[in-house]
Amino acid sequence: MYDEMHQGDGRTRAHYEGLAQWMASIAPDLLDEKRREADLLFHRVGITFAVYGDDEGTERLIPFDTIPRIIPESEWQHLCRGLIQRVTALNRFLHDIYHAQDILRAGVIPAEHVLTHDAYQVAMVGVDVPNEVYCHISGIDIVRDGSGQYFVLEDNLRTPSGVSYMLENRRMMMRLFPELFERYNVRPVEHYPQLLLEALHASGPRGVRDPVVVVLTPGEFNSAYFEHAFLAQQMGVELVEACDLFVKDAQVYMHTTSGHQRVDVIYRRIDDAYLDPLAFRQDSTLGVPGLLACYRAGNVAITNAIGTGVADDKSTYPYVPDMIRFYLSEEPILHNVPTWQLRKPADLRYALDHLPELVVKEVQGSGGYGMLIGPAASRAELDNFRKRIQAAPSNYIAQPTLALSTCPTFVESGIAPRHLDLRPFVLCGKECKLVPGGLTRVALTEGSLVVNSSQGGGTKDTWVVGS
Amino acid sequence: MLSRVGDRIYWMSRFMERAENMARLLGVTSNVVLFSTPETQQQNLLAPLTITGTGKAYFDRHAQASLPALIDFMGLDSENASSIYTCLKCARDNAHAVRWRITSEMWETLNATWIEMRGFKRDEVTGPEATRFFDWVKERSHLFRGVTYGTIMRGEAFNFSRLGTFIERADATARILDVKYHILLPRVEDVGGALDYYQWAALLRSVSSFETYRTIYRDRIYPINVAELLILDRRMPRSLAACLDQIEQSLSRVEGQNDHSAKRLAAELQARLVHGDIEEIFSGGLHEYLTEFLADVAELGRRIQRAYLGAL
Repeated sequence: MYDEMHQGDGRTRAHYEGLAQWMASIAPDLLDEKRREADLLFHRVGITFAVYGDDEGTERLIPFDTIPRIIPESEWQHLCRGLIQRVTALNRFLHDIYHAQDILRAGVIPAEHVLTHDAYQVAMVGVDVPNEVYCHISGIDIVRDGSGQYFVLEDNLRTPSGVSYMLENRRMMMRLFPELFERYNVRPVEHYPQLLLEALHASGPRGVRDPVVVVLTPGEFNSAYFEHAFLAQQMGVELVEACDLFVKDAQVYMHTTSGHQRVDVIYRRIDDAYLDPLAFRQDSTLGVPGLLACYRAGNVAITNAIGTGVADDKSTYPYVPDMIRFYLSEEPILHNVPTWQLRKPADLRYALDHLPELVVKEVQGSGGYGMLIGPAASRAELDNFRKRIQAAPSNYIAQPTLALSTCPTFVESGIAPRHLDLRPFVLCGKECKLVPGGLTRVALTEGSLVVNSSQGGGTKDTWVVGS
Repeated sequence: MLSRVGDRIYWMSRFMERAENMARLLGVTSNVVLFSTPETQQQNLLAPLTITGTGKAYFDRHAQASLPALIDFMGLDSENASSIYTCLKCARDNAHAVRWRITSEMWETLNATWIEMRGFKRDEVTGPEATRFFDWVKERSHLFRGVTYGTIMRGEAFNFSRLGTFIERADATARILDVKYHILLPRVEDVGGALDYYQWAALLRSVSSFETYRTIYRDRIYPINVAELLILDRRMPRSLAACLDQIEQSLSRVEGQNDHSAKRLAAELQARLVHGDIEEIFSGGLHEYLTEFLADVAELGRRIQRAYLGAL
């Protein structure tokens, strides 16, 4: 087990030394007091998220942990290079599969896997998107194994969320513990909304000099509504719902109190299937009729592009290292977690034989729903999952149960190690950029490996610190 | 500004103002019933129900009119669309939908108000401490208006917030005056006389204008003066004339070439109040006058909605 703060021999790692000294110097209940203060502040400001299928009050706080997760600058540089390399290859892949399809013809990825994929959008074939960028905002989930090596666990290329918590957590930490920021040279993340706006501006339709950008939300009952509103406010752009938009003469407009205004770039936080009832799901009330036609005509930009889901699907994930080799002629800087694709008979056989050791995920699943963690599952759960896998093997992948790294975390019993992951956000306008940091999610239950907020996970501020 | 956003901001302010007016009305009601004769007591208890048109809903839930039941119904009942509880919830929900277009102070004020509202216990609100609850509502409303005035950019959000506040206030002042006048002065021929001092003082206090009355008239409380103050005096911030001044001003600042019918009607109503005469109003009948005024304000609200805020 790799602990972020302590080495195997119990000594504090160099980059945590300052924090350890500070923690030893403060009153024992200060952290608890500050945590309660943070809860109050988060409640007051209304930084909440909605939990689906929860009857009592649909809004909840994501538990915030006051002990930061610290990443040394040198590790961050490595991560950063790896993330940019990966997202660059994924963008090349998306452009390719909707155009020449070189990678399919070269046999690197089976053509039938891509072309018959649910998220492959035939409507995007031959459509030229600005800068050939499909994923303007990518959230890449990173974990560390027992040796401390970083791995990519998952790519989120549709509408990744969580960045608002990264920003709010930092604001909260600076408010609660200003003295800690004197001890550490923490690299700032506050300019993320500015970089996001620049990336969106750079993605506008050709010939539009000062594009009008909007954020498109499903509405205030969406679980990530806080974030949609937050980003719109921070960028100073309108937060629109579908009912605010309409299409006329292949242009998109919004209804305003002073008439109609043209819209050039839509940062959408709605899934492909709901974007346009004329093109996709007809029962969608979240979409704008005629939007796809405007997009195909190049009159409006949609970010992320339509059809990115085929690249971040768990069944495509095993091919990403080969994409990097194919498009960039480079070796992947960040490795994948070894993955068995259960649509392959040999992999399926292996997985069924080793089910109690493995993590099994639905290829379409997200948010920690619909997954099996073998070592933590009961016999009945294993049998049940085995049947589900056998009924539709291609819906699943399996991975070894990683001993995710831990970090000291404030819990009921005091300060104890808890497992965590990291989601940095990669922005691509004309080029790829990141702010130094990301969202650290932490599983608050002892031994748990599920960090998702929908499953009771919490978050920590993430510090990239210069030496 | 997005029409939907304008709509939410407008209603956010309307609901907050509505909560305040309800607290004022309940405050004065709980005060006057202590000093009422048996027959006016019933009327006073029923007044808030008449004003909000919730009499039937009340008697579906309560057998008879009593002060604690009335306060429960108009203050705390989540099923009653006019209750303070519901108004504060609606104000907060509207703010929630547009929290990115109002200032964080505005949002936090409404959110904190709503959180505190849910913390009130029934006995605290309906019992002898009720006044504290009403004062709290008024304070939260004052705070919200002050925070709005002190923090938001002068632009469409400000304009539509002001419109919501003053359309609602014009409506409330007219209704309170109409119903209370009827209770206090059933016969028109009494209009010149000085009547039950305490009741009239309470009516004035309910719209924060008791001291103003004293300053302006330096006299006993005459019904006709009360009506003049609350209808025509532009210096009195809850009067119909003052509300229309604010409405006309805010509307004239709304940009764009949308349908001008709302601006036209507002200017017309304002001019009528500026040049109004209280004797003339009484000769045509105060109740008739106020009924027409309420219809005009409702029409103005509909036109604002249609021209700028999208269909209701």
